[in-house]
Amino acid sequence: MPNVLDIRRRIRSVVNTRQITKAMKTVSAAKLRRAQEGAMAARPYSQMLANVLKSLMSRADTFDPDTGRPRHPLLAERPENNILLLVVTGDKGLAGAFNTNILKLVSKFIQSKPNANIDIESIGRKARDFMRRRYPLALLNTDDRGDQNVSIAGVGNAGVDNNERNDERNDERNGARNRAQDERSPAEERSSAERKGRVQIVAEHVGVLGKVEYSFPASIANRIVDRYMHEEIDAVYILFNEFKSVIAQRLVAERILPVKEIGEVDIHMAEEATEDEKRQRGEAAKAAGLNMRQADTSEIDNAASKFGTESVDYIYEQPPEQLFRNILPKYITTQIFHALLESVAAEHAARMTAMDSATSNASDMIESLTLVMNRARQAKITKEIIEIVSGAAAQ
Amino acid sequence: MAATFQLEIVTPTKLLVKEDAEEVQLPGLDGYLGILPGHAPLITELGVGSISYKTGSGTHTLAVAWGFAEALPDKLTVLAEAAERPEDIDTARAEKAKRRAEERLQSSNPEVDYSRAEDALQRAESRLTIAKVTIAKDDR
Repeated sequence: MPNVLDIRRRIRSVVNTRQITKAMKTVSAAKLRRAQEGAMAARPYSQMLANVLKSLMSRADTFDPDTGRPRHPLLAERPENNILLLVVTGDKGLAGAFNTNILKLVSKFIQSKPNANIDIESIGRKARDFMRRRYPLALLNTDDRGDQNVSIAGVGNAGVDNNERNDERNDERNGARNRAQDERSPAEERSSAERKGRVQIVAEHVGVLGKVEYSFPASIANRIVDRYMHEEIDAVYILFNEFKSVIAQRLVAERILPVKEIGEVDIHMAEEATEDEKRQRGEAAKAAGLNMRQADTSEIDNAASKFGTESVDYIYEQPPEQLFRNILPKYITTQIFHALLESVAAEHAARMTAMDSATSNASDMIESLTLVMNRARQAKITKEIIEIVSGAAAQ
Repeated sequence: MAATFQLEIVTPTKLLVKEDAEEVQLPGLDGYLGILPGHAPLITELGVGSISYKTGSGTHTLAVAWGFAEALPDKLTVLAEAAERPEDIDTARAEKAKRRAEERLQSSNPEVDYSRAEDALQRAESRLTIAKVTIAKDDR
């Protein structure tokens, strides 16, 4: 016979948990809204950039007329012997299967390229922890360009603390490195470094997702473009949770280098959400009062799509080739930036969904526990009455 | 009412300015450019410096660093990697960045990337100048 007091205690504890999950859900919903706005605000820039590149591509001699080979090294395709894989997860858990799903796809991706060496760059604490358990660490001489001197951040000075912290960390790291390799130049170090395994971790970034600054993807892009040009890597993929709206989400492995076609995403592996997940997300979004559909971006997109595409003869202050060369790496940056923003939005959405179902589970549990408690109480009363009655009858 | 054209300044994180301007000055990579309504179509890369534009309400200045701009007769779009209004500039941080860049330039460490340190220095100085000019104007 369950004790009424015990059940009551359990109910109280579940009520407390429900309160927490409910609060987390509300917070995630608010953060999701902000993340969505951020992703939206980043659209015009990347679109305009892509347009300018496209129009430059038709004007500049990006392809060698004799061989038909692209002149710019970032456009050149090579056999994929060495792959760099950027993995984007969240820093925090309690987001349902969000992180697990991404990491599962990572394993699948690695299996699908059995003959290539894979360098992994993990973004987010969960990715780092997972990779560290599986693959050897071979940290590159990571020279984080971005946080060294971010004097003008695109969004003003909100990220000061963050940058300063980064700087301190960087200084420490630099210091340690200088001590360790006094006599070797970075280039030597790089070429002589032996692989620790077919799959190895080359860089880790933790705590950058709270507020995504443009300088962060810029530093990654600089580095990978550099490595790509030196033919250390032959392809760069980014694996993240794509976020078009609360419902339209999927996991993708997108190839960002070499650039196949500007303005087109080059998706190599994708995992759509199941119907069940979609339904859950929809319910959570409705409960949080969020707009489920994809926000209307047609106005921004229209304006942006006109940029640089007028069919007039532009005066180029610099030779088109030079412009092209300078803008292309920025295009890579915006792609990574986008992936990060979408991943952040998706993480909040996943957390919101998880917390929504946790809250409703808690409610169900309270209901059934209350039922059990009432039954136990009733049974106790009945038993007492029987005892009294039979006691009276015995006299 | 003077003739105007549409000015848009876009950064990776947001659309910063969307206004009708009468005149704009840009820090092109090869020197400053002045843009007036009816400019011939032009695409240029931007360096570090300040964009100033004149609207009906007065002249405004922004700190920018890299990017590029497209001019059309009735429209000017600036894609700036970084752009800031003077009142948003954190002078303390700019000072710090400047000092750091100077230290880097002076050190004999072979790992220092000089061109980058120079860029940083230039950027910090430009921000400081812009911030100071605006503050001085406000005091008057």
